[in-house]
Amino acid sequence: MTLLETIVPVAATGMFSWAWLMIAIPALAAALLLLGGKALDKVGPTLAVGAVWASFAIGLALFVSLLGSPVEARAVSVPLYEWISTGQWTITAGLLVDTLSILFVLLITGVGGLIHVYSLGYMAHDERKRRFFAFLNLFVAAMLVLVLADNYLVLFVGWEGVGLASYLLIGFWQHKPSAAAAAKKAFVMNRVGDLGMTMAVMAMLALFGSSAFTAVNHGIGQADQFWATLIGLLLLLGACGKSAQVPLQAWLLDAMEGPTPVSALIHAATMVTAGVYLVVRSHAIFELSSAASTAVVVVGTVTLLAGAWIGTSKDDIKKVLAGSTMSQIGYMMLAAGIGPAGYAFAIFHLLTHGFFKANMFLGAGSVMHGMEDDVNMRHYGALRKLMPWTFLTFAMGYLAIIGFPLTSGFFSKDHIIEAAFEHSTLVGSLALLGAGITAFYMTRLMLMTFFGEKRWLDGVHPHESPRVMTVPLVILAVLSIVAGAVMNGWIQGWLEPATGAHPHEVSWLPTPIGWATMAVVAAGVLVGWLVFGRKPIPTTAPATVNPLTIAGRNDLFGDAVNNTLVVQPTMMLADGAVGVDQRVIDAGADGLATMFTNLSNRGRRLQSGQVRRYALGLVAGVLLVGVLMILSQLA
Amino acid sequence: MTIAAPSFEWLELSPLLIVLVGACIGVLFEAVLPRRWRFNAQLALLVVTLVAAFAMLLVNWGNGATGLLAMGSVTLDGPAYIAWGALLVFGLLSILVFAERQLDNGATAFAAAASSVPGSNLEADASAARLEHSEVYPLALFSLAGMMVFAASNDLLTMFVALEVMSLPLYLMSAMARRRRLLSQEAGLKYFLLGAFSSAFFLFGMALLYGYAGSFELRAIDAAITAPTYGPGILYTGMAMLAVGVLFKIGAVPFHSWIPDVYVGAPTPVTGFMAICTKLAAVAGGARVFFVALGAERWAWQPVLAVIAVLTMAVGAVLALTQTDIKRMLAYSSVAHAGFLLVAIVGALSEVPGGQVNSVGAIMFYLIAYGFAVVAAFAILTMVRGNAGEVNTLAGWSGLGRSNPVLAGIFAFLMLSFAGIPLTGGFIGKWAVFSAAWRGGYAWLVLAAVVFSLVAAYFYIRVIVVMFFGEPNRSVVVGRASGMTWVPVAVGAAASVYLGLIPGPLLDLLAQAEVFLR
Repeated sequence: MTLLETIVPVAATGMFSWAWLMIAIPALAAALLLLGGKALDKVGPTLAVGAVWASFAIGLALFVSLLGSPVEARAVSVPLYEWISTGQWTITAGLLVDTLSILFVLLITGVGGLIHVYSLGYMAHDERKRRFFAFLNLFVAAMLVLVLADNYLVLFVGWEGVGLASYLLIGFWQHKPSAAAAAKKAFVMNRVGDLGMTMAVMAMLALFGSSAFTAVNHGIGQADQFWATLIGLLLLLGACGKSAQVPLQAWLLDAMEGPTPVSALIHAATMVTAGVYLVVRSHAIFELSSAASTAVVVVGTVTLLAGAWIGTSKDDIKKVLAGSTMSQIGYMMLAAGIGPAGYAFAIFHLLTHGFFKANMFLGAGSVMHGMEDDVNMRHYGALRKLMPWTFLTFAMGYLAIIGFPLTSGFFSKDHIIEAAFEHSTLVGSLALLGAGITAFYMTRLMLMTFFGEKRWLDGVHPHESPRVMTVPLVILAVLSIVAGAVMNGWIQGWLEPATGAHPHEVSWLPTPIGWATMAVVAAGVLVGWLVFGRKPIPTTAPATVNPLTIAGRNDLFGDAVNNTLVVQPTMMLADGAVGVDQRVIDAGADGLATMFTNLSNRGRRLQSGQVRRYALGLVAGVLLVGVLMILSQLA
Repeated sequence: MTIAAPSFEWLELSPLLIVLVGACIGVLFEAVLPRRWRFNAQLALLVVTLVAAFAMLLVNWGNGATGLLAMGSVTLDGPAYIAWGALLVFGLLSILVFAERQLDNGATAFAAAASSVPGSNLEADASAARLEHSEVYPLALFSLAGMMVFAASNDLLTMFVALEVMSLPLYLMSAMARRRRLLSQEAGLKYFLLGAFSSAFFLFGMALLYGYAGSFELRAIDAAITAPTYGPGILYTGMAMLAVGVLFKIGAVPFHSWIPDVYVGAPTPVTGFMAICTKLAAVAGGARVFFVALGAERWAWQPVLAVIAVLTMAVGAVLALTQTDIKRMLAYSSVAHAGFLLVAIVGALSEVPGGQVNSVGAIMFYLIAYGFAVVAAFAILTMVRGNAGEVNTLAGWSGLGRSNPVLAGIFAFLMLSFAGIPLTGGFIGKWAVFSAAWRGGYAWLVLAAVVFSLVAAYFYIRVIVVMFFGEPNRSVVVGRASGMTWVPVAVGAAASVYLGLIPGPLLDLLAQAEVFLR
C-alpha cells in the first residue's frame, strides 16, 4: 500500500502563533475558579462560559484563515517551547493547526460553549457550581491540548487531562457512592488504554527518536511492518479505552452518573471520540499494517452492534443514549479502520454525531430537569405537550441519528455503510443491521418518553426548561438537521491535507445501498412502533426470559466478563502476593531483625565498662592484626 | 663542626603557628586577666585565632604553596590543605558549643572546679562563685594544633609528638563535665589509660620501622620497602603496631572500646569536638602513613584493614541497634562510620585517570559531610534537657517532633544524612567512598558495607520514629540556646543539605587536592 500524501506543516505566522491562547484561556479560567474560592461563586460560571466562547472565537478566526489559505498552507505548526531535553531525545511542545484539528476545535468549543450555557440553567441550584464549571473548563483545555498537539507525547498530556476531567466530573456528585464508584471505574479502565498509549509512544521514541506526527509518519514508512502493527494495535488499545470500544466499553454506561451536561459534552460529543481522532491522526501507521486496520474494523463493528443491543433493552434514558454513543462511535471506528476511503467519513460522522447526540443528551437532561431527576423512561410518557421545545429539538436529533433523509445522520452514516460494503459485504451487512437496530431503540425511546399516556410518579410536575437551556437545544437541533447537507460535499476535500486524498465519489442521490439503508431504518422504526407504540408501557420492567433482553439489560455482561477475566485473577494474585509478603518476606525480615537484635544484646556485654578488659581487648586486637598479616602473607 | 640554622617557612606554616600561638596566648590570658574578663577574652581569641589561621590557609592555597616544611617534618600538600581547612572549620564550630552558657543557668557544660570531689562543699562553693574553666579553650586549641600536625606530618617522630599533643588535652577535657562528674572523670581516666597503651604500640611500631628503614621519614620508609636491605619480618611487625596506634584513634574495632564510654562520659560539646576533629585528623594521618610510607607494601595491609573494616562496621552498626541512649548510639554510629572510612582506605591506591575522586578525595568528602552532621547533632544533644541537665535517653526524646518540630526536623535530617539517604551529604559521602573501594577492586567489601549501612539505617530512623510518633514527654524541654549552639546547628544542617544537593563544587575541589606529596 502506498502512503498517502499529506502536506508538511508550514511555520506559524501572525494569528496562528497565538493559537496557544485557545488552550490557555480555559485553562486559566479553570485555575482561577478552582483557586479563587468563594469570592468567585457568583461570577465564576459566567467567566467559564466566556472563556470557552473566547476560545471558540479564536478557533473560528483560525478556521476562516485556513479557509482562505491555499491548500498546501492548510497545516500550520506552532512550536511553543522545548519541553524535554535529555540525552538522545529533545521534545518540543508544539501545536498543529490543520484542517483536522481545527474541526475538532470548533466542535469542542462550539458544542462545548453551548453546553456551558445550558449548564448555567441545569446546574443553577447546585452548591458546587463554581467547581463544576472549573472542571468543565479544565476539560475543554485538556481536550484542546489533545487535538492541537503536534506530537504524541503532548497529545498524551491532553489525553490524560481529559481523563482526569472525566473522572472529576463523573464523580462530581461524590456524595452518591454510585457516582464515586463510576468515576473510579472509568479511571481504572482508562488506565488500561493509557498503558497502550504509553507503550506506543515509547516504541515511537525508541524507533524514531521523536514522537512528532511528522517524524512518526515519515519514520514508519521505513520501519519494519511488525512495528507498524505493534504501534497500531497499542494505539487501538488506547483508543478503545478512551472511546469505550469493546473490550474496554464497560465504563461508559456507568459514567452516566455524572451530571447530564457532562454526559453530553464528554461522554457523547467530544472526549469519547478522541479514539477516532487518534486513529485518523495515525492513519500513516494503520495504512501500513492491514492487521492493525482490520483490528480497528473488527472493534468498530462489534461495538456498533453491542452498543445498539444495549440501547434496545435499557429503561434509563441516559443509558440508552450511552449505548447509542458506543454504537455510533463504533461506526466511526469502522470507517477509520476501512482506510483512506473512510477517514473523512469517520470525521464527518463524528461531527454530526457531536451535534445530534449532544442535542439529545441535553434534551434528556431537560426531561430529567422537569421530572425531578428521574431517568427511568417507564416513568415518563406524554411529555411532548408539556415540553414542546424539548420534544421538538429531541425529535430533530432522533431523525438525525436514525438517518432520516436529508438530516445530518443520513449523509454521514450512509457514507460509512457504503464504504463498509465496499470493504466487505459482511461488515457492510452488519453496519446496515446496526442502522436498523438504531432506528428501533431510538423509536422506543421517543415513544416511551414523549408519547403514550403519562406514567409519572406522584408529586412530579413536568415543565419546560428555562430559556437558557432550550436555546442551546434549538441551535443544536438546527445543526443536527442541516450540518450533514452543509458538509457533505465539502468535508472530503477539506480534510485532504490532513488525511490524504482519496477517490471516493460522494453522491447526493441515494445509491442502491442508500435505498436499502432507508428500508432497513424504516423497518426498525416500524418494529419499534409495533412493539412500544400500540399498547401501554408497564411502569416496571417486565420479567423476561428473552436471553437477548437479559444480556442487554446487563450491559452484555461486560462487568461479569471483566470480573472473571481480570478482577478476580488480579485479586487472587494480590492475595497471593500478600501471603508471600507476610509469610516469606516479612517473616524473613523479622527474623533478620531478631537475629541482629540478639547479636546486639550479646555484643553489649563485651562493653563492660572495665578498663582492664578494654586493654585486654586491645591486646587481642594486636594479635588479630598479627594473625591477619601472617594469613595474608600465606595466602 | 658547624650547625646550619634550621630553615623555617613562616608563611607556609602560619596556619599552624597561629593556632599554637593563639593557644599560648590563651594560657597567658588565664594567668594575667581578671576572672570576669576571661570568658569573653578567650572566646574572642578563639574566633580570631581560627579565622586568622583559616585566612592564612587560603592565602597559601592562593599562592599554590606546597612542599616539605620545617626541615621536612611537615608536608603541605592537597590533602593537608583539605584536612587543615576542615579541622579549622569544624574546630571553630564545635568549640563554639563549649561557650554555650544559656542552657544551664548561665554556666557552661564544664565543671566549676574539675579537681573538686563531686557533691562536695568545694564544688558547691565553686559553683556558687560562678567559677568556670576557661582553660578549655586553649586546651582545645592545643589539641587542634596537634591534629593539624598529625594530619600533615612527614615523619613518624613528628607524628608521634602530634599524637600526644592532640590527645593530652582531650583526656583532660573529657573529665571536666559539670553534670555527671563521676562518669566524666571515669571517662577521662579510661581514655588516658587506653590512649597511653595504644601510644606505646605506636611508638614501638615506629621504632621497628626506624630499624627497618633507618629513617623516620615516610618517603624513606617507602624507599626502603622498594629496595629492602632487611627481611620483611621487622617491617610487618612495625607496620602492624603502627596500625594499632592509628586504628585506636580512628576508633576501629577491636580498638574501639574506649569510644562508647568516653563519648558518653565526656561533656557533650567535647564529644562533638572529638567525634569529628579527632577522627578527621586520625584518618587523614593514617591515610598518609598507609599510602605514602607503606603504599608499596599495600598487599600486606589491605586484607588486614579489610577485615578490620568489616568488623568495625558490624560491631558499630549491630551494637547501636539496642542502645537506648542517643549519645551512646551516636558513639557506636561513630564506630560504624570509622568502618565505612576504612573501606575507602582499603580500596585506595587505585589510580583513576581523568581526575575523578579517588580514595583520598572520597575519604575527605565523607569526613566533611559526616563532620557537618556530627557537629550539628551533638550541638542539638546539648539542647534537649530535663531537671538534671541533658536528657539523652531515647524515651526522653519521645514526641519531640510535636513540641519542637524545627529542632526535631533538623535532627531527623541529620539522622538521614548519617544513614546515607539520598539528598543528604551523607549519601554522597557514602557513594564516593563505596565507589572508590569498588573501583579499587574491593566489591565484596562494598557489599558488606551496604549491608551494614542498611542495619545502621534502622537505629537512625528509630530516633525519627520516636521523635515524631511517640507520645510527648512532659519532663523534657528544649532549652533556649544562644547563637553559640544555634550557629553550629544551622551551619551543620545547611551544609548537609547543600552537600546533598550540590556536591559538585566540593568534589571538584577535592579532586584537585587529593594527591599526597611524597
